[in-house]
Parts: sequence; structure tokens; C-alpha cells
Amino acid sequence: MNTATLTSPTADVTVAPAVPKPEPIAKIAIICSKGTLDMAYPGLILANAARMSGIDATLFFTFWGLDIISEETVDKLHVPTVGNPSMHIPTLVGGLPGMESLATTMMKKQMEKLDIPDVRELVEILDDSGAELYACRMAMDMFKRTEDDLLPQVKDIISAMDFYDKAAGAQILFI
Amino acid sequence: MTALEAAGKTIELNGEGFLLDGDQWTPELAEALAESAGMGPLSDKHWQVITFCREDAAREGQSPGLRRISKLSGVSMKELYKLFPKGPGKLAARVAGLPKPQACI
Repeated sequence: MNTATLTSPTADVTVAPAVPKPEPIAKIAIICSKGTLDMAYPGLILANAARMSGIDATLFFTFWGLDIISEETVDKLHVPTVGNPSMHIPTLVGGLPGMESLATTMMKKQMEKLDIPDVRELVEILDDSGAELYACRMAMDMFKRTEDDLLPQVKDIISAMDFYDKAAGAQILFI
Repeated sequence: MTALEAAGKTIELNGEGFLLDGDQWTPELAEALAESAGMGPLSDKHWQVITFCREDAAREGQSPGLRRISKLSGVSMKELYKLFPKGPGKLAARVAGLPKPQACI
């Protein structure tokens, strides 16, 4: 592109061509690979925010992320107190019996106070919003889970290659 | 900044299409705002959402988030996405003449 030269009454000014306005994001594909409470929310909230803005959203749950969409675990996700430097408590203290439950209860209470939906409701909201939820086939096999173990909002169990097909044209986010 | 011609007046919008001056909002302007967002004519259901959003914002001092609208307006989440397919989180507030909601849910 050539630089354009504008002639003004006062001086000759050389103006660089304007940077084209970036294209808005049209689609997002989020890989949820963690099953702790604090790592479940970011993927779900970002997917929901995308849908609220009219952006297509596809979610792929793999490894521990399967806990977010499994009937038996969805209401029991925990905040980790060991190996989590952001807790600001010594690892040994974090490992004491009951610490993880305490931290989880405290976080859930705070979320309730702010009227943040629990994970199960958030998955339902995503389904209502038209977001597509998929489980990873390999992780399902590894954890010996079947379709019956998953929440009804999960659309299908797919391979990593299938995920790329579903994610065509999307920005991909790994959590 | 962009402008919208409606009912013989020029109405200023911000870069995202929201009214710069919320006081300029009128029901006729809502139709023009909807059109500028690529939507068709507003139905009764749209008006149920718009009326709720305006009343709630007047009470709370901020635009309602989408979950709040679905919980309190009597219009379900699924319906909201049908009414505003290009993104109900922003568009409900935009057509209702309110600022972009701060809520993430």
C-alpha cells in the first residue's frame, strides 16, 4: 500500500495509511482441560460472554475437564489448596484434612453472594445460548466413562481431529 | 462515533452502536436502533424485554445482565437468543437505549 500525501493549507503532511479495523471475532473454540472449580469457571464464563455478544462458541472437554460435564462430579468440583501459590498458605497447611473443603465452601459462598450461577446452571445456560459442548473420546476411554455419565447438554463424544473440524474458523483457547 | 437518522433527528451513537445520550430514547428510536443492529421489526416479546431492561436499569442504576433478564423478565434464556440472535447480552440494552451491561453473565 502507498502512503498518501495530503495537502493542507498550513503544511504538507504525509499520512501513513490507516491500519484496517480488525475483524471482530466471529467464533471461539475453548478447550477445557482442568477439573478444579477455579479452572472450570473461566472457560464457561468466556464461552457464555461470547454467546451473549453473538459470537459462536464450541467447548471441548478433555482430561480433568470432563469432571465439569460429568453428572457425578459437576456439583463436587474443588478449589485446590495444595500446589496453588495463589492460596497464600503454606503447602503443608493446605494439605491438612478439611482445608480443601473449607476453601471450596468459602468460594462457593462468595459466588452465591454475587449471584454467580453454579457450574451445573452455567452449563445449562450455555446449552440454552446455543453453545456446543463436546467430550473428548480419548479422555472418556481413559477415565472409563460413557455417554450415560455425561450431562444431557453434551452434544457428542468426539476425537481431537473432530474438534478441529468443529473449530473451523474459530479462535482457539486452551484452559 | 456514528450517527443515526430517526424521526427527523440525528442521534449520536458510540462505536458499538449504543446511544451516547440515553435521555434521547423513545419507543420509535428503539425500532431505529434495532434496524441499525440488523434486526427486523420489534415484536411484543422484544418489548417485554425492553420494558423490563429500562425499568430494571431505572431501579438499579445499571443495565441488567442477561441472566438477570432471563430470571426476572419472564422471557427465558432460549427465547432471548431467538429474539436477539446477534447477541442478546449487548443488543437488549442497546435497543433499550441503555449502556453496555457490565455483567459477565
